[in-house]
Amino acid sequence: MTERAHLAVVGAGPAGLAGALAAADRGVRVTLVDAAEQAGGQFYRQPARALGARRPEALHHQWRTWERLRDGVDRHIAAGRITHLTDHHVWCVERKPGRAEHGQDPIVAPESGSFTVHALRGSAQEEGVAVRADAVLLATGGYERVLPFPGWTLPGVVTAGGAQAMLKGGLVLPGRTVVVAGTGPLLLPVATGLAAAGARVAALVESADPRALLRRAPAFAAEPGKLAEGAWYAGKLLRHGVRTLSRHIVVEAHGTDRLEAVTIATVDRSGRIRPGSARRIPCDTLAVGHGMLPHTDLAETLGCTLSEADRTAVRVDDEQRTDVPEVWAAGETTGIGGAALARAEGHIAGRSIAARLCGTAPDPRSWAAAARARTRLRTFFTALEAAYAPPAGWVERLTDDTVVCRCEEVTAGAVRTAAGSLGACDLRTVKLLTRAGMGWCQGRMCAPAVAGLTGCPLTAGRRPFARPVPLGVLAGLPDD
Amino acid sequence: MNPLELARARPGEAFTVTFDGRPVTALPGQTVAAALWAAGVTAWRSTRGAGRPRGVFCGIGVCFDCLVTVNGRANQRACLIPVHPGDVIRTQEGTGR
Ligand SMILES: Cc1cc2nc3c(=O)[nH]c(=O)nc-3n(C[C@H](O)[C@H](O)[C@H](O)COP(=O)(O)OP(=O)(O)OC[C@H]3O[C@@H](n4cnc5c(N)ncnc54)[C@H](O)[C@@H]3O)c2cc1C
Ligand code: FES
Repeated sequence: MTERAHLAVVGAGPAGLAGALAAADRGVRVTLVDAAEQAGGQFYRQPARALGARRPEALHHQWRTWERLRDGVDRHIAAGRITHLTDHHVWCVERKPGRAEHGQDPIVAPESGSFTVHALRGSAQEEGVAVRADAVLLATGGYERVLPFPGWTLPGVVTAGGAQAMLKGGLVLPGRTVVVAGTGPLLLPVATGLAAAGARVAALVESADPRALLRRAPAFAAEPGKLAEGAWYAGKLLRHGVRTLSRHIVVEAHGTDRLEAVTIATVDRSGRIRPGSARRIPCDTLAVGHGMLPHTDLAETLGCTLSEADRTAVRVDDEQRTDVPEVWAAGETTGIGGAALARAEGHIAGRSIAARLCGTAPDPRSWAAAARARTRLRTFFTALEAAYAPPAGWVERLTDDTVVCRCEEVTAGAVRTAAGSLGACDLRTVKLLTRAGMGWCQGRMCAPAVAGLTGCPLTAGRRPFARPVPLGVLAGLPDD
Repeated sequence: MNPLELARARPGEAFTVTFDGRPVTALPGQTVAAALWAAGVTAWRSTRGAGRPRGVFCGIGVCFDCLVTVNGRANQRACLIPVHPGDVIRTQEGTGR
């Protein structure tokens, strides 16, 4: 391998760390770029160093796996094979078209070092930094989907993962009495984490029907490790005295300037609220989530194709390659499936990258175990996703005056009008007519709701940049 | 039990910042949002249109709901920026400009 072979990994979560490790083990020089102060991503988010946590594992699951990953990466950092750029927010990855693509010299392959990873350094995010690399591994993970309901913009209503992130990173709780609600496996670690840290978790409100899980029992039985994990969380919840209510939803969050209570109710299979089942639970925090969505913006600006099944994840082949040459993707950016799947994908990507950068075809047999884990876990999560689908009828329950786009304060009524009398039939048109998705978050928060309300397909946002970029940074870029 | 006890944290020395003029105790390493949460504050922005209060929503820098004014600079994501001794944190009204 040439001395210059150089991989840029964006994202230091389970996928990016496994990828960096596998590539560096095989001699590739790696620059790991991540927005956080420390490696770990969402699953292994670490408390800030200055907080001096002597038992951070109390907030974690699978700490030993983390230690192995961390120690491996640290060894490479010490040896100078991995450079970890913390606090670097990547806003764009640029691919210099190879000469072959210009049509000038069709024989010459694209030059090495053909990627520039543009990042903003530091928390102020005003200073631009550029990293050149021969290949890129996108491991940017995902973010939580929350479907709107009346009251969801009140302070005290937070995403379930957000509450978890603030707890793990800052050792703080959002309030004293918490309701954890929505749907999906993430609610379990969140409820147990908050309870262990001293919050009173008044209820875990899950909209899914346990029978939907049972119907997929064969798919789940193939993954005993995951079942054990589920049982472990269930035991924890029991020990903390947390009530779990399934087939229940949060109908409304109440309060004037902050959350004071939620109303929950039982839903039937068609999503109708059972008459007389509504109940009010006083609480100062609602941690809510309805599954996750992959981060795809960097992949999109590079021109990577998104998967056909749902147009929200980066499409990869068996080696975790995207359809853009020298760009790999791993972890939840390629589809939601948890930390173990992210690690397996990262591992495969790292090995593939090491071989390909060397100019050889990799031998898939060398990652057979990871590939088997990947297949199993993907099957498992497909079944899980079906069982934890957002509750039927959520669109009809959305009142016209409920804010859907949190940034631009666009209501469900306005979105309905755009799709109805104004005839908008794609998210872009709805955006132009209503401003839904035009604000700071660029539709990341409201797109699933707007898609549900209008019947438009949920497509990725086509954002020019992954982060807002100061004009000074853009103006300072060399033009070549 | 609280989160600091659970993780057996021995934080560096606490310091004072102000939120809308009143003193708030913060720990080194915390973000502005974490320090405000620890002080029982959950809202530090009012929206441009309806003037509604907002605070942390996603907790990871994606939603921009937690925008706040720190030391005169508006539009800072409270869930990402570290808190520093003496920071003057103010509720951000609208776009803050
Ligand atoms: C808020 C949140 C909390 C979660 N908590 C849990 C939990 O407690 N338990 C659980 O089982 N699962 C949790 N999950 C699910 C979690 O996403 C996966 O289990 C796992 O972490 C996925 O691994 P990954 O490597 O694909 O991505 P991640 O772990 O999400 O890592 C992605 C990394 O990429 C970085 N990144 C993204 N975009 C950029 C950019 N533009 N520039 C620079 N860096 C960037 C991020 O900072 C992050 O470190 C959580 C998810 C979220 C969103
Ligand atoms: S809470 Fe979403 S960006 Fe800070």
